[in-house]
Amino acid sequence: MKPMTRRLALLTLAALGVLTLTGCNLTAVQPWERGTFTTYAMRSDRDPLASAMSEHTYFSREATGGGRGVGGSGCGCN
Amino acid sequence: MSSIRNTLLVLLGLSAALVARAEFRVGDALPDFAEYQLEGGAIPALAGKVVLVDFWASWCAPCKASFPVMAKLHRDLEREGVVILAIGVDTKRAAHEAFVRKLTPPFPILHDRAQKLVRAAAVKAMPTTLIYGKDGRLRAVHRGFHGDETETAWRSQILQLLSESN
Repeated sequence: MKPMTRRLALLTLAALGVLTLTGCNLTAVQPWERGTFTTYAMRSDRDPLASAMSEHTYFSREATGGGRGVGGSGCGCN
Repeated sequence: MSSIRNTLLVLLGLSAALVARAEFRVGDALPDFAEYQLEGGAIPALAGKVVLVDFWASWCAPCKASFPVMAKLHRDLEREGVVILAIGVDTKRAAHEAFVRKLTPPFPILHDRAQKLVRAAAVKAMPTTLIYGKDGRLRAVHRGFHGDETETAWRSQILQLLSESN
């Protein structure tokens, strides 16, 4: 590879690297954009069927500890 | 070799300039609000006044809590030459209007629906309050609303600015 071509390739790579780093920074959510998080689509319980399934899995898995029906941490004092 | 190093330095400088966002800083002049295509009515006369510019949004609970305090400040100090300008940054007009209808603020409300002004201000938190002196220079920036603490700070800074000659 000719020195000039090599230099050009190096510069292009460096420029791409720098621009990529800049691009990563630009994706941050700004304080005034956080309203998006409050929309219905961002709710974890927006699908009743999926919520019911998830809840069923949880209380089945945790059944020996009382599922969601009993307070306490499993120490047996409740 | 040195030309490569110089080029890299220039590239780094350019990227730093891209990353660093301009923000309103203490000492900056009051922005020309007409430039930002704000909705919601006429911009009040601001020359020679102490101006409190508040950036708020309907989804921001501390913003809601700050409104009664700003209403009180407005009632107490409007005649002394204080203008409170609350700028909503909701992208949805309905959310902005519902918030205003519910809280019925006595001070002017503008809507930065395109978020041009808030982007230029590059606020670090919601709400952010900027206090400008009679000379039109930014004198204080408050990030967030912390109840009595913020109210006391606002009031003392505004009274201080009112006491200064133009």
